[in-house]
Amino acid sequence: MPSSLTLEGGGDDWRLRIAGDWSARALAETRIRLDDLPRGLAGTLTCDWSAAESPGIGPAWALLERLDAVGGGRLRIRHVSAPRHVAFLEGLRDRERTLPPADGARPTGSLAVLGRWVIARGGDSREFAAFVGRIVAVLARAVRRPRSWRLPSITRHIQETGVTAIPIVCLIAFLISVIVAYLGSQQLRLFGAEIFVVDLITIAVLREMGVLLTAIIVAGRSGSAFAAEIGAMQLNEEIDALRAMGMDPVELLVVPRIIALVIALPLLTVVADATGLLGGGLLAHYQAHISWPQFADRLRAAIAPTTFWAGLIKAPVFAALIAVVGTYRGMRVRGSPRELGRQTTIAVVQSIFFVIFADALFAVLFVRLRF
Amino acid sequence: MTTSDAGETVIRVRGLVNRFAGQVVHDGLDMEVRAREVFGIVGGSGTGKSVLLRTILGLHPPTAGHVELYGRQVGAMSRAERAGIVQRFGVTFQNGALIGSLTVAENVELPLREYRRLARPALDEQARLCLAMAGLPPDAAGKYPAQLSGGMAKRAALARALALEPRLLFLDEPTAGLDPISAAAFDELLLYLHSQLDLTVVMITHDLDTLFRTCGRVGVILDGKMSSGTLDQVAASPHPWIQAYFHGPRARASRGERDG
Ligand SMILES: Nc1ncnc2c1ncn2[C@@H]1O[C@H](COP(=O)(O)OP(=O)(O)OP(=O)(O)O)[C@@H](O)[C@H]1O
Ligand SMILES: [Mg+2]
Repeated sequence: MPSSLTLEGGGDDWRLRIAGDWSARALAETRIRLDDLPRGLAGTLTCDWSAAESPGIGPAWALLERLDAVGGGRLRIRHVSAPRHVAFLEGLRDRERTLPPADGARPTGSLAVLGRWVIARGGDSREFAAFVGRIVAVLARAVRRPRSWRLPSITRHIQETGVTAIPIVCLIAFLISVIVAYLGSQQLRLFGAEIFVVDLITIAVLREMGVLLTAIIVAGRSGSAFAAEIGAMQLNEEIDALRAMGMDPVELLVVPRIIALVIALPLLTVVADATGLLGGGLLAHYQAHISWPQFADRLRAAIAPTTFWAGLIKAPVFAALIAVVGTYRGMRVRGSPRELGRQTTIAVVQSIFFVIFADALFAVLFVRLRF
Repeated sequence: MTTSDAGETVIRVRGLVNRFAGQVVHDGLDMEVRAREVFGIVGGSGTGKSVLLRTILGLHPPTAGHVELYGRQVGAMSRAERAGIVQRFGVTFQNGALIGSLTVAENVELPLREYRRLARPALDEQARLCLAMAGLPPDAAGKYPAQLSGGMAKRAALARALALEPRLLFLDEPTAGLDPISAAAFDELLLYLHSQLDLTVVMITHDLDTLFRTCGRVGVILDGKMSSGTLDQVAASPHPWIQAYFHGPRARASRGERDG
């Protein structure tokens, strides 16, 4: 039978008949009955539970709460043939009243939000600077004390960030340079200058695309992995455990990852350069009908002594940016798994942004230096 | 609460075998839990208490054997049947297992939202009830699990386990890591809830005080099997582990308290 509530009487003597299904399963429904109770009752109220079927704890609690709300403290309540837990719940409510209430909500005005944002950003920049400082300090110590180079850890990270990334880096470098070569040869054909597609590929791949694509792939793969690994350790209090054992997490976890990536990313870049040239060359050969000797000639002519290095020199810088941002975001994880996801996302977005920004600075610098 | 299930067997485990990659954890384990009792499971570390719990809950398919909950076989339940049974029990896991991205109140509300389809004011009110039942102050509601002390996390886990008004409560080491006063308070809370709410409780514990204070019957896991009975029956067994466990210096202190 569905639940029902019947209020009888008047003046200052009320009787509430509780009947039907008052089990916990029917809670959503009984709540609706409760909302129908009129406000402003006063005097005595007798709750008659005799017709209630298997009354649950939740519904009984909801009833007590609601009676409190409609009575406003001016209602004396008696229970007749009530289940045993009604008295238990009344006891709980009395005890709860003696405890401090929950904290009020934080201010939510736009000014308060802006203020919190500014404070958070300020604290963020300061912490980032301190983090970079600690890395530099560890590196300085490591120069004097070669024992603190964590070689096993560095090799593991070279394996994970470098060796296992080779297939995807090759694939993407190959495909992108095929696309660029194809579009380039289509345009150059209009001027009868198809041969210059070789120059296009060489310069684009070696100076920009090889290193930039690799850095972006690595930021997505390894920047996120760094943030997630270190962040999960933070959540587990593993980092605190290391600190408590007198070990420096920056020396143990952060610096090996940075060193590994600074080694791995240039090597990956060389691989990307090679597959990029291969892809472009294949397209030039089969689509633009440039013979291999022709291609080699043109390549030698297009390549200035600095072309290769102008790309490669950027790789360690990009690597350091990705690794520092990834590990920093991991160290910033506090408290909840949601924070882990958030910081990992920030790690990827920020490191890609920094890489592209640094690339722009390099471009300006190289123009000035005629490099 | 109906009274028809007094003394009825709620959990029946027959010939349970659990093996992990060559390691035999359970080897023909039998266990029986009756309605409205507090059943304690003890055993050394790594004897498979948590695995037993996970098997009963249907979280771990056993290698062999037969597990029944309310007369129905755990592995062979339909989805709907299982959903019905799941709502009858509350569980706390050994390491809390609160959801880290939700506040304590939201953790408690999670099953209520899912199974009771409650909306906002009702959710708040029911969450407050569960926190109060577990003995947590109202200001714990807005905290995240990482901001709780160990004892508060245990209570929060209990609050979540109580949300659906279970008739069967599984507790995996509920007092581990609590100070003796909090642990004693937890025992009292459990006894109180047990008497008020007609709960059946299955509790894994290493805590002798808790065992002596709360458990009517205990089951000891030894060599992959379980010997169960009242505390006195089990303590009288000549097995060296039981002798060391129930008659060691710590046990004498706990027993003295109970008997004296
Ligand atoms: N998923 C798993 N894979 C392999 N082995 C497991 C797995 N789960 C548990 N075990 C093994 O089963 C044995 C029993 O583990 P269990 O967690 O049940 O111990 P326990 O009795 O609860 O111990 P404690 O008192 O320390 O909590 C252990 O030896 C453990 O290594
Ligand atoms: Mg365990």
